[in-house]
Formats: sequence, C-alpha cells, structure tokens
Amino acid sequence: MENLIGLLIAAPLLGAVVLLLGGRRLDKAGHWLGTLFAAASFGIGVVLFADLLGRGAEDRTLYEKLYTWIPVEGFQADVAFQLDQLSMTFVLLITGVGTLIHIYSIGYMEHDERRRRFFGYLNLFLAAMLLLVLADNYLLLYVGWEGVGLASYLLIGFWQHKPSAATAAKKAFLVNRVGDMGLSIAIMLLFTTFGTFAFGPVFASVGNATEGKLTAIALMLLLAACGKSAQVPLQSWLGDAMEGPTPVSALIHAATMVTAGVYLIVRSAAVFNGAPDAQLVVTIVGAVTLIFGAIVGCAKDDIKKALAGSTMSQIGYMILAAGLGPVGYVFAIMHLVTHGFFKAGLFLGAGSVMHGMNDEVDMRKYGALRKFMPVTFVTFGLGYLAIIGFPGLSGFFSKDMIIEAAFAKGGTQGWILGGVALLGAGITAFYMTRVMLLTFFGEKRWQPDAAGHEPHPHESPKSMTIPMVILAFGSVFAGAFFEIGERFLKWLEPVTGYEHGNSPVSAMTVTASTMVVLVVGVGIAWSMYGRRPVPVVAPRGSLLTRAARRDLLQDDFNHVVLVRGGEHLTRSLVYVDHSLVDGAVNGTAAAVGGASGRLRKLQNGYARSYAVSMFGGTAILIAATLLMRAV
Amino acid sequence: MSFPLLTVTAALPAVGAVLTAAVPAARRTAAKWLALLFSLATLALAVLVAVRFEPGGARYQLTESRAWIADFGVRYELGVDGIGVALIALTALLIPFIILAGWHDADPLENKSQRWRPTQGFFALILMVEAMVIISFEATDVFLFYIFFEAMLIPMYFLIGGFGDRATSSRSAAAAAGGTDENAAAQRSYAAVKFLLYNLVGGLIMLAAVIGLYVVAGNFSLQEITAARAAGTLDMATNTERLLFLGFFFAFAVKAPLWPLHTWLPNAMGEATAPVAVLITAVVDKVGTFAMLRFCLGLFPDASKWATPAILVLALISIVYGALVAVGQRDIKRLVAYASISHFGFIIMGIFAMTSQGQSGATLYMVNHGISTAALMLVAGFLISRRGSRLIADYGGVQKVAPVLAGTFLIGGLATLSLPGLAPFVSEFLVLVGTFARYPVIGIIATIGIVLAALYTLVLYQRTMTGPVKEEVRTMQDLRLREVLVVAPLIVLLIGLGVYPKPLTQIINPAVEHTLSDVHEKDPKPQVAVEAKNGEAAK
Amino acid sequence: MNPVNYLYLAALLFTIGAAGVLIRKNAIVLFMCVELMLNACNLAFVAFSRMHGNLDGQIIAFFTMVVAAAEVVVGLAIIVSLFRTRHSASVDDASLMKL
Repeated sequence: MENLIGLLIAAPLLGAVVLLLGGRRLDKAGHWLGTLFAAASFGIGVVLFADLLGRGAEDRTLYEKLYTWIPVEGFQADVAFQLDQLSMTFVLLITGVGTLIHIYSIGYMEHDERRRRFFGYLNLFLAAMLLLVLADNYLLLYVGWEGVGLASYLLIGFWQHKPSAATAAKKAFLVNRVGDMGLSIAIMLLFTTFGTFAFGPVFASVGNATEGKLTAIALMLLLAACGKSAQVPLQSWLGDAMEGPTPVSALIHAATMVTAGVYLIVRSAAVFNGAPDAQLVVTIVGAVTLIFGAIVGCAKDDIKKALAGSTMSQIGYMILAAGLGPVGYVFAIMHLVTHGFFKAGLFLGAGSVMHGMNDEVDMRKYGALRKFMPVTFVTFGLGYLAIIGFPGLSGFFSKDMIIEAAFAKGGTQGWILGGVALLGAGITAFYMTRVMLLTFFGEKRWQPDAAGHEPHPHESPKSMTIPMVILAFGSVFAGAFFEIGERFLKWLEPVTGYEHGNSPVSAMTVTASTMVVLVVGVGIAWSMYGRRPVPVVAPRGSLLTRAARRDLLQDDFNHVVLVRGGEHLTRSLVYVDHSLVDGAVNGTAAAVGGASGRLRKLQNGYARSYAVSMFGGTAILIAATLLMRAV
Repeated sequence: MSFPLLTVTAALPAVGAVLTAAVPAARRTAAKWLALLFSLATLALAVLVAVRFEPGGARYQLTESRAWIADFGVRYELGVDGIGVALIALTALLIPFIILAGWHDADPLENKSQRWRPTQGFFALILMVEAMVIISFEATDVFLFYIFFEAMLIPMYFLIGGFGDRATSSRSAAAAAGGTDENAAAQRSYAAVKFLLYNLVGGLIMLAAVIGLYVVAGNFSLQEITAARAAGTLDMATNTERLLFLGFFFAFAVKAPLWPLHTWLPNAMGEATAPVAVLITAVVDKVGTFAMLRFCLGLFPDASKWATPAILVLALISIVYGALVAVGQRDIKRLVAYASISHFGFIIMGIFAMTSQGQSGATLYMVNHGISTAALMLVAGFLISRRGSRLIADYGGVQKVAPVLAGTFLIGGLATLSLPGLAPFVSEFLVLVGTFARYPVIGIIATIGIVLAALYTLVLYQRTMTGPVKEEVRTMQDLRLREVLVVAPLIVLLIGLGVYPKPLTQIINPAVEHTLSDVHEKDPKPQVAVEAKNGEAAK
Repeated sequence: MNPVNYLYLAALLFTIGAAGVLIRKNAIVLFMCVELMLNACNLAFVAFSRMHGNLDGQIIAFFTMVVAAAEVVVGLAIIVSLFRTRHSASVDDASLMKL
C-alpha cells in the first residue's frame, strides 16, 4: 500500500510533464489527458482511503521513504511521505475537487487556444499540493509549499497578455514569498533546536524545548500560513488573484491552496500546543481576518472579488479554530472540507454566470439570471445556503462548532473571539445574500456593450454543470454526514487530538444566536438589495464602503510604503552604487590618471633635457653614496 | 608515475586553443567545430576525473608532483579534493554550452573591415580560459595557483574588450546600429580595462602575500603548510598571519566579487557577449570563492576566524544590496550581474559560516549558480540578439510570440530565485541553515534575499515576457534547434540536481570536513535532545 | 708617473664630454662628446687596471670599445637618415617621439 503514496503524486506530475512538453500535437487531447491523470490520482486516493478505513484507528499512518534527498554532515532531508488521517482528508479533497474542476475546465476553457497548457498547470498544481500534504518533513513540505505558489503564479497570470493578470500573479508570488521567509526561518529554527525537521522526531521531542523556542517557531509558521492563506497582514494578494481563470479561483484560491496555512498549523499542533502565546496570536489573526474579509466581501461589486473576500473570511474562521488548540483543530479541518465543497461550488457557479454573460464580472450588471440559468441558480443557491449556515446544510455544522469552540476558550478572550465569530456569521449572511440577490433576482440590468453586443445569458454545457451539481450535493450533505455519530471527529482525533471545550454558553444558545444573526444579516441584505431596484452604477457609499471597495486601504498602504518606498530605496541604491562605490573606484583611476598627466610633461622630447636629468640623477646618486660612506 | 590525468585535463583545452587559433581564416566553421570537439573531450576527461575520484579516500587525489623552480621551492603540484572535482566538472560542463551559445557571436560583420580571424580567436580564447581555470582548481602549490589565477586575466581581457555585445543599452536599437557604435566600443574597452585593473590590483596584493608566505613558511606547498599549521609546527605571528590572510582574501574578494569590490562585474557582464558573461560569472569568478575555501581557510585558520564577523557582514551587504540594486536596473544583463553579486554573497557567507552545512552549501552553490546563471544569461542573450537591445523597456509580450524562449527564461529565473525543486534551492537553504546555526541574526537577515530575488526575477519576467505584444517584438522567432540544445540540458541538470543532489554532495562532504578540521571548527549541536522516534521506527 | 694623474685626466675629459652633450645641439658634435665620455671611461679603466695590478679594467675597456663601435654604427645611421628627412642635424628638431 505504501508504494501507492508516491504514485498519488506521480500521476499528476507525469500529466504536467506530458502536457507541458508535449507540444501542439497534444492540443486536441490535452484536456482529456489532464483530467485522466487527475482522476487517476483520485482513484489511488480512494484505494488508500479504503485501506486506511480497514485498519485500526491507531494504525492508520503509512510511511514511504523514497530516498535521501540532501545528505550533508549533520543534516538529513529525506524524500519521504507520511499518510495519516489528516493527509488523507486533504488528499481526497484535493484530488476530488481537483478532478471535478478539471472536468469543468474542459467546457470553461473550450475556446482558449492554450487550453492544453492550462491543464498542464492544473496538474502541476495537484502534484505540488499533494506533495505539500504528504511530506513527512518540513523541508519537503516547503517544496510543495512553493510548488503550489508557482502553479498559482502561472495560473493567475495565465492570461498574461493582460497586464493586470501579470501584475496580480507577480504580487501573489511576492506576498507568498514573504510568508515563505517565515517558513524557511521556522525550518532553520527547528534544525538548530532539534537537529532535524522531520515531523515524527520533532513532535515527539517538543517537550524538551523551551517555550520561547517553540513560540518563535510557531510564530514563523504562522507567518508562512498568513502568506499562503491570505490572512492579515499578508492578505492583499487574494483579491487580485481573481484575475486568473475562474476554475483556478475555485480550486486554488478557494478550496485547496489557500487552506494550506490551516493544514500547516494543524499539522504542527504539537508545536503550537507548547506555545500558548503563539496560539493567542493565531486566534487574533484569524479573528481579524474573519471580519476584514467579510467587510471587503460586502463592498465588492465584482462577483469573484466578493467571493474572494468571503474566502478570506472563512479561512479566518479556520485559523481562529486552529489557534484554539485541541478544542478547535478538528473543526478547523471540518470547516475546511465543507468550505472546499461550497466555495468551489460558488466559484464554479460564478464562472458559469460569467460564461453566459460574456465574461462580465460586475454584479450590478447581472440580475434576474435565475430564469436563464436554472441549474447554476440551484447549485449556487445551495452553496449559498451552506455558507451562510442554513440549518442542516454543511456550513451550519462546521461553523457552529467553531463558534462554540471560540466561546469555550474561556474568560474575556473567549467572549471576544466568540462574539467576533458570531458577528462574522451575520456579515457572511449579509454579503452572500447580497451576491445572491444581485445576481439571480431583481430585474435584468445588463446592457449592450460598446460594440452593440447584448449578452445572451444561457445555461452552461454539461461538462460544467455536472461538477457544480456534485459539489452542491457535497455542500448540502457533507456537514451532516460528518456530524452524525461524530464521524469526522473520531477519524481525525488520533492525529490532532481533541478536548471537549467547556463553553460558558450552551450549544443550544450558540445555535440560537447564530440563527438570529443569520436572519438579521439576510434581512438587512433583503431590505437593501431585494426590495428596491439596484442601481447599475454603484452609489458613492459611506466612508467604510469606499474603504472596503479598496480592500480597506491595505493596498494603498502597501503601495505608498512598500512599493514607493522600495522604488526610492532601489533608485537611491543604484545611485549610490554608481556614484559612491563605483565613483570611488573611478575617482582613484582619475587621480592616478591626473598625476601621470602631470608627470608626463617631463617627457618633452628634447634629448638634451633627458641628458640633464640623467646627469643630475647620477650626480645625486654619487653624492648620496659618498655622503652615506662619510657618515 | 601513473598517467597524469590532471595535467592532461588542463592541457587539452590549451592544445585545443592553439589548434583553433591556427585554423586558416576562411575555415571559420571548422574552427568552431574544433573548439567544440576539444571542449567535449575535456568534459569527458573531467568526467573521468570525477569517476576516478574516491570520495572516501585521501584528501587530495590524483596528485602529481614535479620539481619546477627548485631554488624557490616552487613545485608543479596538482591534486584535487571533492570541491575541486565538482568545480572542474562544472567548468568542463559549461564550456561546450558557452561555445555553442556563442556560435555566431564572433562571425565577422559583413559591412566591417575584417579583423584578423576574429572567430578563431574568440573560441581559442575561451578554451584558453578553460585550461587556466581548470589548472587553478587543480594546483596545490600556491605559486602555481597564483600564476594561473593571474594569467586568466589576459584571455578574459581580450574576450571582454575584443568581442562585445552587438546589442546596446542605448534607447533605440536603430540608433545603435549607426551613430553610437563608437560609444559602444568605448564602453566596452572601459569595461575590459576596469576588469583588468581591478583584478590586477587584487593580484598584486596577493603577490605580496604569496612572497610573504614564502618568507614565513619556506615553501609554497599547500599540503605541507596546511599540515604544518594543523600540527602546530609552523607558527606565524598573529599580525603576520592576518596580513597575509588579508592579502589573499582581497584578491579573491575582487574576483568573487564581494561588496564593495564588485563594480567591475556589471560593466564586464553588460558589455561582453552573453556567453562570455556566463564565462565570467559562472566559471572564472568561481576561482575566487574556491580559493577562499581552499587557501584562505587552509593556510590561515586563525586569521580566517578572526576576520569572519567582518566578512559575514560584507557578504550580507552583498546579498541585500546586490538584490536591491538589481531591482533598479534597466539593462537585462546588468540585472543578472547584480543578481550574481547577491548570490556570491550567499556563497561567501556559507564559506565563512564555518559549519558543514554552510560550506557544503557554498560549494554546491558554486556549481548550481554556475548552471542557473548560464541558463538565465544564455536565454537572455538569445533574447537580446533577436531584438538588438539590452533594455528591459524595449521588450514586452514575448511570451505570446516565442513561448519556448519565454518558458526557458522563466525556468532560468525560477532557478535564480531558488525555487524548491530546482538545484539552487538546495544549496541556498544549506547555506542559510549553516549560517543560522551559528549566526542566527545574520541568517535571518539573509532570508530577505529570497524575497528580493523573487522581486527582481519576476519584475524582469513580467516586463519582458508578459503584457501586450510590442510592435518590435511581433516578428521575433522562437528558439532555434541550436539554442534549445544549449538550454535544455542545463534545465534538465537544474531539475535533476534539485531533486537528487546526492552525487554532488557525497563528493563534496568529505572535502568540507577536511576544511572544517583545518580551521578547528565543529558543527554546533542541536539544543535539545531528540526522542528516538522517527517515521520509520514508528512503523 | 703616478697613475692617479691619469684619473684626473679621465675626469677632465669626461666633464668636457658631458658639458658638450648638454650644451651643443648638433647631433654629430653630441655624438663626438659621447665618444669622448666613453674614452674617458676607458682611460679610467686602464688606469685602475694598472693601479690594482690585475687585468679586469683592461678587459672592460675592450668591451667598451666594442660597444662604442656598435653604437657609432647605429647612431651614425640614425643621424644620417634624420638629416636626410629633416635637412637638419639638430637634436632639438627631433622632439616628436614623446607621449
């Protein structure tokens, strides 16, 4: 069985190699090949999952060591995989949703001449993401970590003829690199502290390290998680990343890659458990992002950017839960999985809408689409109900658990975190209802474009709707399936550990208050966008709205401080290099040149003046010799 | 005495150089093929050296020793350790690609009065440089090393000054073809003279130190002096040792180049043709860092430790400063040059971190940087030769018209920014870990370098390759077969060594252990005890 | 006679030659003055040989003569060709060979 783990990664990797090197010959079959490789990986994943289920709960960890990667004195990095319940969960999510999105892309990218390459990149992403969750040490995880970053870079910038896409791709990579810096420092700290960075030995000997060390490691891991999972303060790239094709947004920037930060924290549970201060910081980051993303999501008129804000906010929930320690790890992952279903579904729905609307993304130019796209409407609607936590749907279970766990943190912290999580649920209900109303309800607001083409909204082809239906199915039932008999909890507990938190408020109260904020959120949205017609041109809005449209001015801050500041810094350094460092060198050269220019005048060309200097020199030499002898 | 493999390896390209230079003027193509043949034969010999070398064996192997200038104790002594083997292999590997990439760089211009057989000269000079570099990696006699360390400057000078890049960094390519030709020639000779003077000054100071070493030690044999130093039978006064160390180090720091002695590199790399630029930074400069590892640490262990803090700070400045200045460049080749300065900072940092990870990483870094810079610079050269301009602003949207060129350029760039999975990542991470283990603050600041590397690489890629297709770029051709043949093996190597660096590390590791024992250093131990449980055991 | 007197004579001849080289412009005269200096040296060498009782000085004197002869050959050729091209034997006219 162990040997299959390598195959899991090898299949999509092979796909990427074949598709990217295959050349034009494969243009016709490329998308099928890519989908096939993804599906093969999913198939292997299912086989492994069945195998794990057949084992006892304590025996569900498989190892496979391929070879020693970097053997240097005192430093051992292996290419070795570890498959346990946590990895397995991710493998199924990645390959499952991944395969669906491959299928979806066949239709979505049909008219793109570079479709083969798109599928190659998607396969590359799958391979890297699987490597990330299957690695048995931090350095190999780092390879997957940057690998998904690269795939994300390539896919965000897939339409690189658009300068905005190229810029967004670069921005995503750079912001992620700042996070990666955190990961590499964390690995260095692990190495100097433990002499290794393999999961097993590190987690087993965490108890021997001081809390200060663990806190430092945990904070650096958090920095990495912030970069990859678009958490404050490294969240700015996610909104721009929507420049990529919509399937990419669904797979990478909603369902899988952006949740890698959550994986990292849950995987490093042992380290975080030993560093309470770091955990507090994690919860704060989660809580701040949760609200931040939600507010941004409320103001955006671009359907994908609104969903991106929502993603940020939902991952904030997960990070918050992960920061709560053993109380929250399981629920972080559970929300991650359900979120994977409904957010991917929502993005695919958005893609389907754009597909029918000539790639228009402004929701103010939609309206009344439910009549034209019934399947999209229903699947999107189910995803919508799941994300706002409609009772019985998957989001309801997973989010409720997180809110409860937040209250269970205890003391003032518990009340604040719980309150924030509850507030977030209300805002989620508001912005998602807004998206729903603007897109599918009300009057039609689209107009012919400059060239006179009026969009003809139509339902998307089967290859696109089938994945949407499957994902909607998951959005509806996954939560209940996980929750009944606490299946998910029992599955993950051996890896992440679990403690039942003692919440100061009862579970019923939490659920009831969640329902109340939900109704309030939906109600406000209805009163603003449902009751009266929506203007096609966005009104000026309040100060907060305008700030939220600009991502709460975070980008402006980055632009002024980092971009401008950096430009000035580099420009002045170029000047320094040219004028001071090189100037000193050229100055020396000029000084020597000048001096020799003066000396050169002595060479006047008159033989007799040379003779004089010769005689003079000789006379001086003789005089000096005589003088020395005399003394 | 057994077959003098090392001598033959170094002599073969020299013979090739002479023969290539002797090819009649009209037979240009024959000269090219002859040069390529000799470079390939040298590669075969280098492979033989690597195969014959036993990683677990004596420190210096395949040694040769003959009396040369007996009166001054100068001997013709050759020998390689693992570090030398790796770098000889790198040199021998890159030269065929350099020759192939520069296939047409020295063709006589049709509208120009012909110089005396430029093509033959170009390829002969490249082979000459190869011979001298290889023998520098082999020499275990300080004086012998010094001679070739300096002699290398002569062919390099002519390569830079005599065979400039036909593309210019002036605003418009059309103007460059006509009016500013004089200007370009002046720039080029400025760069060549700057290169020569910089390195001569370094060499001169080193010469003084070499003589000083002879006065103190009585001979020039690296092995004897190192052994005597290690055994404590050769005492140097503290100040003498420090002065001698500084003399050696200065020369190597100029060649490496280390901030603030770096300003010759951007000029030289900017003005030279792309293959020659690769020759400078990927091959010749490595002699500097190699010599730090072999001569500075071995001959002057105490002084090396004394100077470490200052050198680490300079290396750190190189890393951050080089990267920042690279961001601000408008000229593609100068950008790559500043990126190299940043990378050399990493190499020097790794050497002086005095840990086995740091030094193994630094040696690997030398090899990997050679390959990655070659990939990036040669593709950049192909790009530049198509448009006739070195200015980044003159490009845009190349990806659309020449996807293969853009793809290889991106992979070269990703290697430069040390993407995991590609070879440079392994070495950069080892250097960082090795430095961090002993100097945490410096290690952390150096990681800023990885963010900045992403910045300059991706900005370069974005501005040249993406966006709307520029009018002048529209007719650009994709890579030709010859060019693909140059780039593809380099990319395969980058990926191969990134995924499986073991063949290199197992050659390098023992040599690094010897070097560390020269300076009496041991790796810092992990701070806490580690439980025995690991992945395999748990199963 | 005291050999030292020969040395005085040599010094005198050398001084006359040196003064001639410095003062006169004509290349031929200059040349003759150089010869005078050389011969003054020869005289000194022979005198030293006599004083020290060995033959070293005399041998060197022969060397000097040979060199002087060679110099005359080359030098006169130069002067002649100079005169042909410039119609002047003044050394100050040939001042173009400078940086």
